[in-house]
Amino acid sequence: MDLNNTVSIPSLTATNPLVILNKVNKFYGENHVLRDVNTIVNRGEIVALIGPSGAGKSTLCRAINRLETISSGDIFIDGVALPDEGRELATLRADVGMVFQSFNLFAHKTVLENVMLGPVMVRRTKKSDARALALEHLDRVGVADQADKMPSQLSGGQQQRVAIARALAMGPKLMLFDEPTSALDPEMVSEVLDVMLALAKTGMTMVTVTHEMGFAREAADRIIFMADGQIVEEATPTEFFSAPKTTRARDFLQKVLAR
Amino acid sequence: MDVLLNNLDLFVLGFANTVLMFAVSAVFSLLLGVVIGVLRISPSSSMRAVGTTYVNLLRNTPLALLMMFFALGYPKLGLPALDYTTLAIIALVLYTASYVAEVFRSGINSIHVGQTEAARAIGLTFDQVITVVLVPQAFRNVVPPLISVFIALLKNTTVASGFSVMQAGAISANMSERGENLLATLLWVAFFFFLLVMGLAAVQRKFERKWAQS
Repeated sequence: MDLNNTVSIPSLTATNPLVILNKVNKFYGENHVLRDVNTIVNRGEIVALIGPSGAGKSTLCRAINRLETISSGDIFIDGVALPDEGRELATLRADVGMVFQSFNLFAHKTVLENVMLGPVMVRRTKKSDARALALEHLDRVGVADQADKMPSQLSGGQQQRVAIARALAMGPKLMLFDEPTSALDPEMVSEVLDVMLALAKTGMTMVTVTHEMGFAREAADRIIFMADGQIVEEATPTEFFSAPKTTRARDFLQKVLAR
Repeated sequence: MDVLLNNLDLFVLGFANTVLMFAVSAVFSLLLGVVIGVLRISPSSSMRAVGTTYVNLLRNTPLALLMMFFALGYPKLGLPALDYTTLAIIALVLYTASYVAEVFRSGINSIHVGQTEAARAIGLTFDQVITVVLVPQAFRNVVPPLISVFIALLKNTTVASGFSVMQAGAISANMSERGENLLATLLWVAFFFFLLVMGLAAVQRKFERKWAQS
């Protein structure tokens, strides 16, 4: 594994940090999947995490709301260190929206109930208000007409948009997207990316693990390129895509852009 | 037919008690079984140990022994006196709950981990994840094996015959006192059990159809 040409990460201007990752390490047994990861996500920033499979992108993304525990290091969200599993962590997660590769809509609840669940159970919003809120967010992602169906009756693209609405209904200060389009049929990718692009324009802070280079180029303020559990390169999309500094990134871009 | 019609009082009383014992035992073993099943998947190792010990102990004890303990042992413990029917129901509940727990645990384990992650990600607490997301889905997954457990429970009520509890399994003993034909009696008892089990199977089909969509 050739990591000798790893460039030093430019010192980030932490103007308004929302997420701080400090020397984050994770082991799966002998496997060192996150190696001394340091970075900051500023409020309102759109960060795209890209890199070859097995680079640790998803693990890093999931570590931010502690769906994945870390072996050492610190993660702060809005100045608060991630607490251990419990009520405090649940409260914090309520403010961090998460969208998964496999949608993970609650299979026994209708689309509307999926979106209402968080506001009702966590925020203690009145049912009637939660319904209105849910419909508003379903409308925002263009699936309000599917509100009374079960998730299994929807296409993948529709399900993922419901999942985004479910996360947004909590009024999150940060959205995590873990490969949101990787499980979709090609013709459904753009409907989900369009919703994400629109969300990016509203000033939402977003961390997105993605293989969609077009999206990363268009929407991201910053690209984080990871390989072998490390952040290898951080740059603006223009810098990264036109002049990658490492051979690792050049190799990667050559492979994904050649298609 | 005469065997049945001439002794209708016995059949009605016997099966009424069987259905009563079954219904009460089913409700409580379901509740207890779900609790034990949840204990068995708890993140706390001591809770898991309690669940595992319960299942191992109760599932490995023959029901007749368990009933004998309650019928003969319990009255000697100096606790409030209970009639034999109640004691038999307690034994049935404790015994059946161990099976319900195992069925239920497999139902929870068959739920995709993404369901739990999504629930945790929107800020549900551990209790809410269990009650709002896992338990309802686990039920949908385990209707057929759960009904099998209840069919076994229905037939297990007859074990209480040994402890002078009047129910369907005790009809034949009473009939032989009346000098009736034993084979005909047993065939009639079997026939009514068959009808009851068919009823449970119908319940199973109903729930499977209802939840087929999700």
